[in-house]
Amino acid sequence: MSEPARQARDALAILAVLTVAWQGAYEYAGAVAVTPPLGTVAFAAHLLGSARFWEHAAATGLALADAFAIAAVLGVLGGLALGLWRYAADVTEPVLAALYAVPKITLYPVILLLFGLGLPAKVAFGVIHGVIPVTLLTLSAVRGIRPVLLRTARVLRLTPRETMRHVLAPAVLAEIVTGLRLCFSLTLLGVLIGEMFASQRGLGFLIINGINNHDVRMTTAVVLLVVVAAVLANALLLATDRTLHRG
Amino acid sequence: MSRRRAVLGGRIALIAGAVAALEMLCRSGIVDPLTLLPPSGMAAAMVAVIASGSVTGDILRTFTTVAVAFGLAVAFGIAVGALLHAAPRLRRALDPLLASYYAVPLFVFYPLLVALFGLNVVPLIVLGFASATVAMAMSTLTGLDRTPRVLLKAARVHRLGRLRTALLVVLPAASPDLLTGVKLALAYAFIGIIAGEFILSGSGLGYQIAYAYDSFDNRTMYGLMLFVLLIATAANAALHAWEQRVRRRRSGR
Repeated sequence: MSEPARQARDALAILAVLTVAWQGAYEYAGAVAVTPPLGTVAFAAHLLGSARFWEHAAATGLALADAFAIAAVLGVLGGLALGLWRYAADVTEPVLAALYAVPKITLYPVILLLFGLGLPAKVAFGVIHGVIPVTLLTLSAVRGIRPVLLRTARVLRLTPRETMRHVLAPAVLAEIVTGLRLCFSLTLLGVLIGEMFASQRGLGFLIINGINNHDVRMTTAVVLLVVVAAVLANALLLATDRTLHRG
Repeated sequence: MSRRRAVLGGRIALIAGAVAALEMLCRSGIVDPLTLLPPSGMAAAMVAVIASGSVTGDILRTFTTVAVAFGLAVAFGIAVGALLHAAPRLRRALDPLLASYYAVPLFVFYPLLVALFGLNVVPLIVLGFASATVAMAMSTLTGLDRTPRVLLKAARVHRLGRLRTALLVVLPAASPDLLTGVKLALAYAFIGIIAGEFILSGSGLGYQIAYAYDSFDNRTMYGLMLFVLLIATAANAALHAWEQRVRRRRSGR
């Protein structure tokens, strides 16, 4: 069997197992807890045709786009700066790793107090989730550059700009894309959690509101749509990532 | 050695500087001290809240929940990692699932878990377990992949049985990566469970922070927040130090 055919078959098998597990959860707990796969897909399709759903999706999308852009720029620049200055990297790396392991949700009230309710708080919360992994991966990529590359650049008398463009950037690009993939996932998580707590708009709000109003159909369908969107976005970034790592 | 000391000094200076800057921002009134308590105030509030005993039950509950989820996640993750390592065909088949697992914001399942299992400790344990166990499994795979062939050959030459090979050869060789997994599993379980308590629950540390926020009780909120951050950082630092020591010993430095 050819490689793509095998992969497609494996993916279908995983999907089938997950669907059976989902149906099993429905049989076990009934419609008060979770709606079955077929009904959920139908309702999700209905949601995709409603303007109200797209208002919430747009709110989440806007917060995600802002937060991702800020986290990506801050993370890449911060990682480059720290990576080129070895002492600073040694000092900050464990601190950043420790911050990554902290439950950031506990900081959400502070962000709400500082930014007020609404878009800026959601963006800030997304940024604090997403910025650390890009910084760490960019930092380790810059630090891991083979010294011979930089020496060659010096021998060839490249200007700092040319070194950046022709040596540094190609050497760290693949790792940065890996970092951006993690950044995207975590930023999405941050934005959704932000919307679940003290918000009136967005997909996270729809999920938590469905539970509070005993509208499990809504919650299940929105969770499904979020998961599908996240997996698709990740697949796209992962494909880029793997191409770059091979090349 | 002196370089290590310089790095450590820099790190302490960085953290102390950040705390001092925050203290000054709050004391000088640039940031409203009602909005953001200065660090000294947070520490005092933390001591007061813990000493009052009003949250002892919540602390115990959160730590028990984390311990159960973390223990299950580590045991299951190591077992799954070992299984996948032994069955390459299954591992390749599961590759898309593993690659996109952490891309899914797992937390969105929490409300559904509450609907499935009720508003109690079970959905929190499931959420903590699900966040942690895959990281443990992936770290186990990394560790097993990196075990040098020559060690396995040496074990065969010495006619060690499978169990003794696993315990005496593979386990020590894979231990740095296993510890990385343990560290991640603890962090992810803790993050997931605190977040679950925060968003939808009736007790626990996360719940108490959200409750204090809702009732404008900033002192309790900041006190508990600092407590959670300190515990998480201390646990992570301890595991990190252990991991580094094992890694250094393995690479023979």
